[in-house]
Amino acid sequence: MSVEERLPAPAGLLLDRSKKISFRFQDKQYEAWQGDSIASALAASGQWILSRSFKYHRPRGILSMAGQDANALVQLPSDPNTLADVTPVSDQLAVVAQNFKGSLEHDKHAWIGRFSRFMPAGFYYKAFFRPKGVWEKIWAPIIRSRAGLGVVDTNYTSGYFDKQYAFTDVAVIGAGPAGLSAALAAANGGASVLLVDENRLLGGSLTYARLAGAADAAARHREQLVSAVGAHANITVMCESMCNGWFTDNWLAVIKGSRLYKVRAKEVIVCSGSMEQPAIFRNNDLPGIMLGSAAQRLIKWYAVRPGRQAVVLTGNSHGYGVALDLLDAGVRVAAVVDMRAEPTADALSRAIADRGVRIITGSAIYEAVPDASKNHVVAVEVRGISARGRCADHGERIPCDLVCMSPGYTPAYQLICHAGGRVAYDDATSMFTLEGLPQHMHMAGSVTGMYVHESVCAEGRYAGRAALQSLGLSTEDIEPAPVRGLSDRVNFDWPIFAHPAGKEFVDFDEDLQIHDIIVSTLDGYEDIQLVKRYTTVGMGPSQGRHSALATARIVADATGRTVAETGVTTARPPFAPERIAHNAGRSFYPERHSAMHHRHLEAGAQMLIAGAWLRPAFYGEKGQRDQCMAREALNVRQNVGLVDVSTLGGIEVRGPDAAELLQRIYTFRFAKQAVGRCRYAVMANEQGVVIDDGVACRLHEQLYYVTATTGGVDRVYQSMLRWNAQWRLNVDIANVTSTWCGVNIAGPKSREVLRRLCTDVDLSSQAFPYMGVQEGHVAEIPARIMRVGFVGELGYEIHVPQHYGEYLWDRLMEVGVEYGIQPFGIEAQRLLRLEKGHIIIGQDTDAMSFPAEVNLDWAVAKEKPFFVGNRAIQEVNTRGLTRKLAGFVIEDANAPCPQESHLVLDGDRMTGRVTSCYVSPTLGKTIGMAFVAPEQAQPGSTVTIKSTNGRLVEAKIVKLPFYDPDNKRQEM
Amino acid sequence: MKLMRCPLNGWRNISEFTYGGEVESMPNPVTDASDVWAEYLFFHQNPAGLVHEWWCHTATSYWFIAERNTVTDEIIKTYPTSELFQKRVDFSQEEST
Repeated sequence: MSVEERLPAPAGLLLDRSKKISFRFQDKQYEAWQGDSIASALAASGQWILSRSFKYHRPRGILSMAGQDANALVQLPSDPNTLADVTPVSDQLAVVAQNFKGSLEHDKHAWIGRFSRFMPAGFYYKAFFRPKGVWEKIWAPIIRSRAGLGVVDTNYTSGYFDKQYAFTDVAVIGAGPAGLSAALAAANGGASVLLVDENRLLGGSLTYARLAGAADAAARHREQLVSAVGAHANITVMCESMCNGWFTDNWLAVIKGSRLYKVRAKEVIVCSGSMEQPAIFRNNDLPGIMLGSAAQRLIKWYAVRPGRQAVVLTGNSHGYGVALDLLDAGVRVAAVVDMRAEPTADALSRAIADRGVRIITGSAIYEAVPDASKNHVVAVEVRGISARGRCADHGERIPCDLVCMSPGYTPAYQLICHAGGRVAYDDATSMFTLEGLPQHMHMAGSVTGMYVHESVCAEGRYAGRAALQSLGLSTEDIEPAPVRGLSDRVNFDWPIFAHPAGKEFVDFDEDLQIHDIIVSTLDGYEDIQLVKRYTTVGMGPSQGRHSALATARIVADATGRTVAETGVTTARPPFAPERIAHNAGRSFYPERHSAMHHRHLEAGAQMLIAGAWLRPAFYGEKGQRDQCMAREALNVRQNVGLVDVSTLGGIEVRGPDAAELLQRIYTFRFAKQAVGRCRYAVMANEQGVVIDDGVACRLHEQLYYVTATTGGVDRVYQSMLRWNAQWRLNVDIANVTSTWCGVNIAGPKSREVLRRLCTDVDLSSQAFPYMGVQEGHVAEIPARIMRVGFVGELGYEIHVPQHYGEYLWDRLMEVGVEYGIQPFGIEAQRLLRLEKGHIIIGQDTDAMSFPAEVNLDWAVAKEKPFFVGNRAIQEVNTRGLTRKLAGFVIEDANAPCPQESHLVLDGDRMTGRVTSCYVSPTLGKTIGMAFVAPEQAQPGSTVTIKSTNGRLVEAKIVKLPFYDPDNKRQEM
Repeated sequence: MKLMRCPLNGWRNISEFTYGGEVESMPNPVTDASDVWAEYLFFHQNPAGLVHEWWCHTATSYWFIAERNTVTDEIIKTYPTSELFQKRVDFSQEEST
């Protein structure tokens, strides 16, 4: 059929008949209208086979036309497992089928189906494990080459994926008649409403199903509801959007295109509808056999005539609606086979009778008959139902190329189950029902088992008003919810007809037949969860959407329980497959830059990540780390260097109890610290472990400015706040890290450089000694200047308000030129401090390090009545050391430089590990620090380090620091 | 994702909060025995049912107390620490240098 031969409008709702496009499937070219799905365009051209089945390689075609079955999975160039029935075809798209060998029409593996009776459920577990080793060597390679679906394109370049937050009073999931009515009711009451639907068109079943009365009744209802929704200012509509999961407190994951919406709704109304189910009879998987609603979608959405001669198998009035739509589309309807013995007559069935269609009641399709190539249905064997699930011995063969199945529905219960709702079964109506919805979740429409149009809309309105009440936007009494009536009964109780030759498929994804499910129960796996795992029923791509109901019925029957007792397996998010990119795509991690960031980049810095910050590692070419580090370090030792220390934490503690708070928070003593002096401050946790360090500067009797490590400041700040929440000292604690930025100017010439820019502070050694702090101006910027010596040279930390940072940097670099000033990075700083024997918390300490182990016992004030960690430190100090941090040098110039965490050995015994190690350009040898056994820590003793590639290196323990032990350099 | 009501900032995603452990009173640093301190430092009640916990709204560093039911996963209430800690705490006033 060429595209011009499609059915006339109003059929073809999704088509744009002004744009003809062309695409490839396998090695043939096909035409389509813009708006066609891959499957609809293929069906229109007579190509009914879309794939081969997973296990028996049977030909498979359209089943649901709603993206709910694995038959429709095809391969796109960079997208495996694409749903052909819902994916729009694009011009020049190249589509291939999946899971076949040879050609799609003549699959060389189709012979496997003939052996299906030797491959019952669980045969994996029984057949392939003897003799030993046979699985890995023989069976696994064979099975793996035959199983599996699409092919991943490993050269695939990912597109742009991101995330967005959305907030709404009411989220309505599903825009069928119930969802549209619910959205309108909630929006009319003043709530903001987000209406989410997976389809391209609003209207749900109204876009394809047949209502009683005029042929266009559904279209007219749809038009009314959709135009009201479109005109409503309070309603935001999201089409082609999949609500893939409900998470606690109404957090919904909604995927639209390449964006994941994180929706927070105060109320959720689930109007997800229901999914039509297949009937189960021999060869029910043949191409040409589809759900009634699939045929209606082909007609109404795509203007495709689904066949020439049809048999409709039904258990409800919807099948008659399907038959009417088929007749209107020019399909001959050979018979409507109604499984009900005495169906109640209604408008639809009377219309069918009036049009002269043969109605066969109390009968079922016993078997579908394939053509010679076994690729399409050519007839069905219709037999009377003699007992539940049993057919008479003889019947009638009716030729047809289309079979429509309308035996009933399963509610789309997944979202409700994510939220803790439970699936029950109503024996009177043979339907799954839902109960136990959490607060702030409502449901309406066919998901509740409501099918009569007026009741569905009424239930939607009721849910909308219930949401308004829950939001406090309405206090008026609401009319009672509509109740299900006889006309809402849509499920035939037992549309399952076993055949002696089998091939009655319960699960199309996994090629499971009635017998397979029963075998599982006979093998002792009676629980529905075990049946699932033993048979793999419901584990395929369609996740039981068309197999859960039949499986529950069959297991219930085989185990003598009710369907309600048997239940269904757990439904977990995601509802539909989602791309890893949706979750992994752009994330919200912040990145912090200091005020001097651009100057570092301009100077050619290689940046490293420190927490959220980017810091200059060294200045120079990527591969030149060691040379750059050495050059920068030597310049600090010989001239003067400048390092950005803006990332250091800054906390201001202000108030009458400022000193008292520090006394309690830090291990050292601060009460008598003089104004204008700095003190080293070590912080322990309650377990006595060293967790941070910094410098406490007393700027005023009642004001301390305390620095903290880059990565630790938030923790330090929170710890102070938490402790003071309990102590209630009279202090104000403020994290001023981002208020201030800073540099450390260090080296023998640093005083001379600083003097050029700082005239209101006496920088002489007498007036401004080591560990002094002064407030003044540098380059006319108000500054806090601390004389500290992390790198072991004369040096000043200059902290200024952060927006002056770049200016400060520029002025210092400018006046420093004649003194040989150079910037130095974090790597050089780490080397310099190692030479000076200073530890870095977190590098030279771990989660067990108490002060004495890392040579900080001098910084612990033992006479204080209390500080955080004091009791634990007292306890561990009575037990003696089990390890100690010690300095080492490696004299052998040819030995490889050990890396952090290389092991320290004493013979065969591991006694510690290296924490820091560098080649020191100043000292001309490799130096480092390591945890060693206490008996190894004595200067002069020798330890063995297991270095790179297991090479054993001798190291000599030395007294710290390595450089300038008399502190002459930093105190000059 | 769960929501939690911060007494300062209102309802926020629970990913914005940091858990701070159970509310326990600290033993006396001088007079209580080592085993009392070991119990306090290294053992936690972890009951099935009602718990009182420290929580911190990370972005604002605001600490508060939450009452939670660990069986039903409900946050029963959250309130400022000042409701629990009302008096200044002092340790023995020895002169320190």
